[in-house]
Amino acid sequence: MAKPKVAFYWCASCGGCEEAVVDLAEDILKVVEAVDIVFWPVAMDFKKKDVVAMKDGEIAVSFINGAVRTEEQEEMVKLLRQKSGLVIAFGSCAHLGGIPGLANFWNRDTIFERVYKEVPSIANPKGVLPKTKTKVGDMELTLPEFWDTVRTLDQVIDVDYYIPGCAPPPDIIMNAVSAILEGKLPEKGSVLAPDKSLCDTCPRSEKKPEKISMKEIKRPYEIISDPEKCFLEEGIICLGPATRSGCGEKCINANMPCRGCFGPTKEVIDHGAKGLSAIASILGIEDEEKLSEEDVQKLVDKIVDPAGLFYMYSLPSSLLRRKKI
Amino acid sequence: MKDDKLTIVSFLCNWCSYEGADKAGNARLNYPANVRVIRVMCSGRVDPEFVIQAFKEGASGVLILGCHPGDCHYKKGNYKTLRRIYLLKKTLEGFGIEPERVRLDWVAAGEGERFAKVANEMVKTIEKLGPLELSEV
Repeated sequence: MAKPKVAFYWCASCGGCEEAVVDLAEDILKVVEAVDIVFWPVAMDFKKKDVVAMKDGEIAVSFINGAVRTEEQEEMVKLLRQKSGLVIAFGSCAHLGGIPGLANFWNRDTIFERVYKEVPSIANPKGVLPKTKTKVGDMELTLPEFWDTVRTLDQVIDVDYYIPGCAPPPDIIMNAVSAILEGKLPEKGSVLAPDKSLCDTCPRSEKKPEKISMKEIKRPYEIISDPEKCFLEEGIICLGPATRSGCGEKCINANMPCRGCFGPTKEVIDHGAKGLSAIASILGIEDEEKLSEEDVQKLVDKIVDPAGLFYMYSLPSSLLRRKKI
Repeated sequence: MKDDKLTIVSFLCNWCSYEGADKAGNARLNYPANVRVIRVMCSGRVDPEFVIQAFKEGASGVLILGCHPGDCHYKKGNYKTLRRIYLLKKTLEGFGIEPERVRLDWVAAGEGERFAKVANEMVKTIEKLGPLELSEV
C-alpha cells in the first residue's frame, strides 16, 4: 500500500514550528517510515508546480504553520487546502495568530513607515517602500500584497484540526500524528491537546493558597521569584487560569509565567477577555471593601500594555481581531 | 436621542439597578430608547467577553450598573466588576475603542432618578462619540 502523502508549509512564522518537527528526534524516523513527505519548502526541494500537478485531495495531511498576512500565503494555503484531505493548523500563529498577529495593533502603512524609515538600523535616504510592482528597465518586478490585517489559518481556509503551542511540544505532535495514522481523530475542529486549564496541571498548584489575592503587580524582571510559589501569589501576571494545558509547563519550570501560547480552552470565545477577567478578579481583593475606586485604578494601572499582554498570542482570533483603523 | 441607530447595551443587576430602572419607569421618568436593558443577577456576572461581543454586534456603548459598593446582594460581586471593567476599558484603548464607551456605575433600588440621570448622560456621551465603526476584516 502506498504511504500517505504529507506536506508542511510555513506562512507568517519564525521557523520554530519547523524546528519542532525536527525536535521529534528519533521519533521523526517513525514518522518518515509511515509517510511520504511531498512538500516542505524549508527542508526539501519541491516547488509549487509539484503541488499544482497533484490531484485534488492527493495529499493526506498538510501541516501549515504561521499566520496569513500576504497574498502569496493566502494563495499557497488555498492551493494546499484543495490538494489535501486534512489540513492541520500547526502552532500558535496558524491557530490563533500568534506573535505576528500583534501586528494587528497597527496596519500596513504604519508598519512600513516604522520598518523601512524609522528604525535606527535602517538607511533608506530615498524612503523607498515595498511595492507590489516595480519597473526595472523594461522589466517589471512583483511582490505579493501585504495585507493590513494578519489572519489565522481558519479565517482563510477550512481547517480540520489544530495543534497548539509556540512551538508545539514533541509529545503533542506525536499524539496528533498517531491519531491521524490510526484514524482515531476526535470531531472536526478539535484542538489536539487536553481541554484543561494550565493551573489544573501546574506543578506549583499544590502549594497554592486556597484564595489568591494579588496585592500588587510585578513584572518578572522586578523580583527573583520563588520557584515553588504560584506566580499570581507573588504579583506576577500568569495566564495559566485562562490558558489550555498540554505544553508540559516548560515556561513555569523555567520560572517564567504563562503568556498563553496554547490558547483558551474549548468553551472560551475570546482568550484575552478571559485572561484579563481572571487577573482582575483577584487583584487587591484582600480587604477589598476598604479600597477606594482610585486605589483600585492605581493597582490596575500598574499593568503595562494590557491589550498586548492579554492578547499576546491570540489577537487575530479574538472577537475584535484588530485595532480600529 | 436623534440617532436611534446608536445602541447602548445595558447590563443591570437584578437586586439594585434593575429595581432602580423599574422605579424610574413607575415615576414616568424619561430616558432614550437607545438604552437597551439586559437583566443579570449581579454586575459581577458581566463577563468582559459580553461587553466585547456587544461592540462586535454593533453596540456603540455599554452600560453596566450594579449595587453601590458595600450593598452587593452577593456581598462582593461588584468589587470584582469594578476591577474587571476598569481593566477592560484600559485594554479596549489598545484596540482604538474610547474607554468612555464603557461605563460602570452604581444605582440602588430606590434611585429611579439616578438611573434616568446616568442613562441620559450615557446617551449624551455616545452621541458625542458617534457610532463605533470597527474595521472590516
